[in-house]
Amino acid sequence: MAAHLKKRVYEEFTKVVQQQQEEIATKKLRLTKPSKSAALHIDLCKATSPADALQYLLQFARKPVEAESVEGVVRILLEHYYKENDPSVRLKIASLLGLLSKTAGFSPDCIMDDAINILQNEKSHQVLAQLLDTLLAIGTKLPENQAIQMRLVDVACKHLTDTSHGVRNKCLQLLGNLGSLEKSVRKDAEGVAARDVQKIIGDYFSDQDPRVRTAAIKAMLQLHERGLKLHQAIYNQACKLLSDDYEQVRSAAVQLIWVVSQLYPESIVPIPSSNEEIRLVDDAFGKICHMVSDGSWVVRVQAAKLLGSMEQVSSHFLEQTLDKKLMSDLRRKRTAHERAKELYSSGEFSSGRKWGDDAPKEEVDTGAVNLIESGACGAFVHGLEDEMYEVRIAAVEALCMLAQSSPSFAEKCLDFLVDMFNDEIEEVRLQSIHTMRKISNNITLREDQLDTVLAVLEDSSRDIREALHELLCCTNVSTKEGIHLALVELLKNLTKYPTDRDSIWKCLKFLGSRHPTLVLPLVPELLSTHPFFDTAEPDMDDPAYIAVLVLIFNAAKTCPTMPALFSDHTFRHYAYLRDSLSHLVPALRLPGRKLVSSAVSPSIISQEDPSQQFLQQSLERVYSLQHLDPQGAQELLEFTIRDLQRLGELQSELAGVADFSATYLRCQLLLIKALQEKLWDVAAPLYLKQSDLASAAAKQIMEETYKMEFMYSGVENKQVVIIHHMRLQAKALQLIVTARTTRGLDPLFGMCEKFLQEVDFFQRYFIADLPHLQDSFVDKLLDLMPRLMTSKPAEVVKILQTMLRQSAFLHLPLPEQIHKASATIIEPAGESDNPLRFTSGLVVALDVDATLEHVQDPQNTVKVQVLYPDGQAQMIHPKPADFRNPGPGRHRLITQVYLSHTAWTEACQVEVRLLLAYNSSARIPKCPWMEGGEVSPQVETNIEGTIPFSKPVKVYIMPKPARR
Amino acid sequence: MPEIRVTPLGAGQDVGRSCILVSIAGKNVMLDCGMHMGFNDDRRFPDFSYITQSGRLTDFLDCVIISHFHLDHCGALPYFSEMVGYDGPIYMTHPTQAICPILLEDYRKIAVDKKGEANFFTSQMIKDCMKKVVAVHLHQTVQVDDELEIKAYYAGHVLGAAMFQIKVGSESVVYTGDYNMTPDRHLGAAWIDKCRPNLLITESTYATTIRDSKRCRERDFLKKVHETVERGGKVLIPVFALGRAQELCILLETFWERMNLKVPIYFSTGLTEKANHYYKLFIPWTNQKIRKTFVQRNMFEFKHIKAFDRAFADNPGPMVVFATPGMLHAGQSLQIFRKWAGNEKNMVIMPGYCVQGTVGHKILSGQRKLEMEGRQVLEVKMQVEYMSFSAHADAKGIMQLVGQAEPESVLLVHGEAKKMEFLKQKIEQELRVSCYMPANGETVTLPTSPSIPVGISLGLLKREMAQGLLPEARKPRLLHGALIMKDSNFRLVSSEQALKELGLAEHQLRFTCRVHLHDTRKEQEMALRVYSHLKSVLKDHCVQHLPDGSVTVESILIQAAAPSEDPGTKVLLVSWTYQDEELGSFLTSLLKKGLPQAPS
Repeated sequence: MAAHLKKRVYEEFTKVVQQQQEEIATKKLRLTKPSKSAALHIDLCKATSPADALQYLLQFARKPVEAESVEGVVRILLEHYYKENDPSVRLKIASLLGLLSKTAGFSPDCIMDDAINILQNEKSHQVLAQLLDTLLAIGTKLPENQAIQMRLVDVACKHLTDTSHGVRNKCLQLLGNLGSLEKSVRKDAEGVAARDVQKIIGDYFSDQDPRVRTAAIKAMLQLHERGLKLHQAIYNQACKLLSDDYEQVRSAAVQLIWVVSQLYPESIVPIPSSNEEIRLVDDAFGKICHMVSDGSWVVRVQAAKLLGSMEQVSSHFLEQTLDKKLMSDLRRKRTAHERAKELYSSGEFSSGRKWGDDAPKEEVDTGAVNLIESGACGAFVHGLEDEMYEVRIAAVEALCMLAQSSPSFAEKCLDFLVDMFNDEIEEVRLQSIHTMRKISNNITLREDQLDTVLAVLEDSSRDIREALHELLCCTNVSTKEGIHLALVELLKNLTKYPTDRDSIWKCLKFLGSRHPTLVLPLVPELLSTHPFFDTAEPDMDDPAYIAVLVLIFNAAKTCPTMPALFSDHTFRHYAYLRDSLSHLVPALRLPGRKLVSSAVSPSIISQEDPSQQFLQQSLERVYSLQHLDPQGAQELLEFTIRDLQRLGELQSELAGVADFSATYLRCQLLLIKALQEKLWDVAAPLYLKQSDLASAAAKQIMEETYKMEFMYSGVENKQVVIIHHMRLQAKALQLIVTARTTRGLDPLFGMCEKFLQEVDFFQRYFIADLPHLQDSFVDKLLDLMPRLMTSKPAEVVKILQTMLRQSAFLHLPLPEQIHKASATIIEPAGESDNPLRFTSGLVVALDVDATLEHVQDPQNTVKVQVLYPDGQAQMIHPKPADFRNPGPGRHRLITQVYLSHTAWTEACQVEVRLLLAYNSSARIPKCPWMEGGEVSPQVETNIEGTIPFSKPVKVYIMPKPARR
Repeated sequence: MPEIRVTPLGAGQDVGRSCILVSIAGKNVMLDCGMHMGFNDDRRFPDFSYITQSGRLTDFLDCVIISHFHLDHCGALPYFSEMVGYDGPIYMTHPTQAICPILLEDYRKIAVDKKGEANFFTSQMIKDCMKKVVAVHLHQTVQVDDELEIKAYYAGHVLGAAMFQIKVGSESVVYTGDYNMTPDRHLGAAWIDKCRPNLLITESTYATTIRDSKRCRERDFLKKVHETVERGGKVLIPVFALGRAQELCILLETFWERMNLKVPIYFSTGLTEKANHYYKLFIPWTNQKIRKTFVQRNMFEFKHIKAFDRAFADNPGPMVVFATPGMLHAGQSLQIFRKWAGNEKNMVIMPGYCVQGTVGHKILSGQRKLEMEGRQVLEVKMQVEYMSFSAHADAKGIMQLVGQAEPESVLLVHGEAKKMEFLKQKIEQELRVSCYMPANGETVTLPTSPSIPVGISLGLLKREMAQGLLPEARKPRLLHGALIMKDSNFRLVSSEQALKELGLAEHQLRFTCRVHLHDTRKEQEMALRVYSHLKSVLKDHCVQHLPDGSVTVESILIQAAAPSEDPGTKVLLVSWTYQDEELGSFLTSLLKKGLPQAPS
């Protein structure tokens, strides 16, 4: 503000107009403030009936109140409160008090006394409850003030004996939110009340009202959330609540038990009705498992979800959850899973035809059978076949989490997950497929399991099929028959759903490279080669044949004996595919053939470290930029950029880093080039034309900096500073160029002002990073800031020009992980010659299918752009539901774009591309001068600009004139 | 002593002809009225003469409740209501009401037209019988008369199957009918709230079985069917027209759709189409999936399943046929079975329970040569599979339901005696609930201790509440008041109000007591000492020293007096009202112990 004032002193007359406008705006705001409370007062005095008063209050509540006038408003409200007889109005006032005390910048301790006062005289239970709520708001607003918290807790304890459940609820809530944490309380005097907050709350576990019981448990959970260590004694109390009549109590109790079990996993608790003792976490696990067969599905979901996060449970208990101890007519029976496993291990195919396959075996001792185990028996078996799909999904998720932490459990739960692939609800199927993928490192599929898994490939849902392809990508298969089966099923899938082509090829690529030894014995059969006869050459364009080749070539990569089995045409096809589908077919070292790529491939694998080194070296080389003459600097930069680009192409892991640094260097190069322009030496008006290059450079640098900031994932604050700094330089350049090329000072003033604001802005946000920017453009600029503020534009420009030339090149620190966002439009393919015909004026839906890599928050940033031949551009915001997330860092956009246009005489192409929308102010926290005031939420979602990040695809369309 | 009496007329230690008589608080209710599949003589219907001995049925029974439409639960209904004669209300759910007559008609046709039985109920009788039916909704409390009320809960099992709670005053009985605790492809799982009945009458078909996950069963079933069909064999699935059949249809239909199979699936016609129609209508009774998707497509509108014609059985090539009845004891399924039994490529899948004596039971127990009517011997070469699809709760499920309802005692019906024995023992052991398993005609009597509600006046309650802590379930509290019994109404009011209502004047009742104490001091001093002593002992009572020299503790008055004859002893007069009896007697005993020596 000081700088601002100073500027006003020196400012020239021409600027006055602008400033005044600003002032008027601020004045307006201030004018409204005092009137707020006064208006309320008048309104309330005018009110003749309680209904009127209520109306006024409701109206009042719709508008926000500034922090300064809150206190006045509160006083007026309180005054009316004392006078008011109608409880509903008092209730509204109480709730308003709570709302007001939440106002940012207002310290509510001044109204606490009043609130407590009126609380003591209040008779209506509802108003009491509301007042306690207000106190809660006040208390949470002042978390540091111990005395106030103590007082509020006292008040809450006093009202705990109220007859209304609502009041007791609120009291417990208050205790939960404000009850002191043990250590921070002084032991004497006030400690007495505070120390047994837990006990006080615990007493209400047996309240007569279920709502109060729930509130008590919730309060306890709240205490835990605030960091208070709950006593172990609570465990037994909570266990009793598990058999409560009301579902919300049980649901909360399950949570509480879970919390205690996480706090004291290793304590020992006795098992009732026997002398044995077990770990608390095991006991809790058993109890929560029991709740999976509760009568209420809400509780079941809760229990199933929590099971997943109980990782300390002993494996013995964990495995029980999958065991249901079958019997039939009192004889023990094996589960279908066990039978399948046995059949498999005895080398027989599961025929399912044998009579008495599932005949029960040995007799069961009637005494030993326990029908309702207190333990975990069969919890997941029950959960997975629950009536409600919400429970099933929760159970699958829990299975996933437990299996990830325990490989042996993963092996055991496999059968159950595979069974879930046949669930009737698609969401459940999808979830279980995803789960299986996540635990696939721990498991190997048996053939019969694979069979069931593969059967799902015929599912008509695209999501399911693709999830399954993903799963197959990372599955371990145990036998060659398994591989064959998978291939056959995938090919069947391919003929049934040709659109799955890419997904299936990719799947086979991984399947091949994971199981080279299993593929090897299959090769002759797959390529249908014959020891004596030449077979017909398969059709190269057949997607199924390509699929087989992808599998074989990827297996051959690590299996050098395999190429010996290839026939001649296979080698030819290899060469062709290596070129056309290089992302699917790896480079092979083939005997007797010199392939260019074969030389490259080993170098990629072996030289991982050197390439990293190379990158470092070339970047270090750039440091010396400072000491070179401009010509040399340019050359060095050009070389380095070229090197980096090539490196990025060769080494996909380093592509992000290389591209990122290359872009930065390019910016620098452009800057240097622009500064080398002759125009600087000559009088401005003569070189209008030449300045094109400089201004173009400035523009390009701006664009590149936006790309750097928003197109790469993993950019840290360190880099953002440098990028912004570069942008600032570009802006300075722009300013200089404009100053040189335009006549008249008026526009220049605005630009200067704006630029200085930017600098100010920069300083404010990167104040912490400024020390790293020694000697840089900004560093120098800030030194001269006071002078710049007072200078005339012409002078500013001059200063900037010299500074730009003198400023040092900033080294860009490389982030750990950086990836460039990219997108590929799979569909429309842009190959079709048949135009999409539709009646002009109506719409046609175009299916767009694209994969996005390394895009953060694609739901908000990715847009689809359609460019019509007449230059008309249309931006489409896809729905959030159109994005799927098949894997980390990858997204898939499947959406429909509606096209429409007036009639054309002939078919023409429109361009479809994906855009990355950005908004630089969203990344930066809210501006300080906007704080306190209201910030409309739209500002944050605004799009500042867009970066195209996919290749455009052309779609042939033909809007026909409507027939009449 | 009030009691609940239960007499099974059928289904006691047996499966079939479910019929249970329950007397509860003077009300008589008949639960289910079924026939027995295994018999063709009089034994197929319950023995109603048990009731008719004492007069007409209508006079004796307050209502009849039918749990679901299976014939072993409703088969004897027309016979019972029209031929034996019952005119009271019959309760059942809407789907049961809709489907029940179809099945009865079918049953009648087989009995009369095929077997030529005389003296069987007629179509008209079925219609007349159905006119007496009152349909109920789920969770709807139906008032049968002033005292008797019934309420239906969802039971799974088949469409419209319900469990019923029968309640008179505070006594209640829950009858489960048949139920299923695991959901299937078309129905949800049984559910009951914690209604804590005096008695839970539960079926126990699978008392000794704990079943595998239904997913394995489904997969196995599909796999078996698929494999047989691929081999070119024919698959016969005997089903009861309604219930399991629809589940299997949905299963096969979705599988056919997913696998894109072209092999025909037939369903023996007749009642099926009508029945499927009802399935389409009663969507709220089905499971979550069907309820959620029926707007797009009603799952019961089958694309792949066609009507069966008798001639199709001889068609070459693979096919899948659903035929009735389910136990292969008669009708179309038996005909087809005879035709196909000779070929080892074919397969018969028994998806449910088979009663002893039926062909189904015989082939399942491994018999390969069957004696048919007319001394024919049929050799069974086709494969016989058993897939337990029948939707009864297994042992665990039964325990689960008992746990959910928390009854005081359990009674087992609809199961085999030996198996019941096991479950009975388990229930008593693990749930600590008494358990009964009466045979047919045997009566179980359960004494009940009905709770008697007493109204309390709000004034009295509030006054008592104000005095102390809130009442707790575990700690009983003493409350003073007067109990007024007036026209079978009980009211607890404050004594003042009672007096006022009865028009009586209040009498004061005071106890007085003399306590002799050895003390030589004067009365005043004495009183002062008593005062200070009591003050120190009774901290939470109000002890006062009045100016006239007496001491009061709350309303108890203590006066010191000096008897003339002995100056060494003083007499303390203690007087209290009967309301303060507790405190008064405490005080006297305290004073009798003497006063502590004054600190000198």
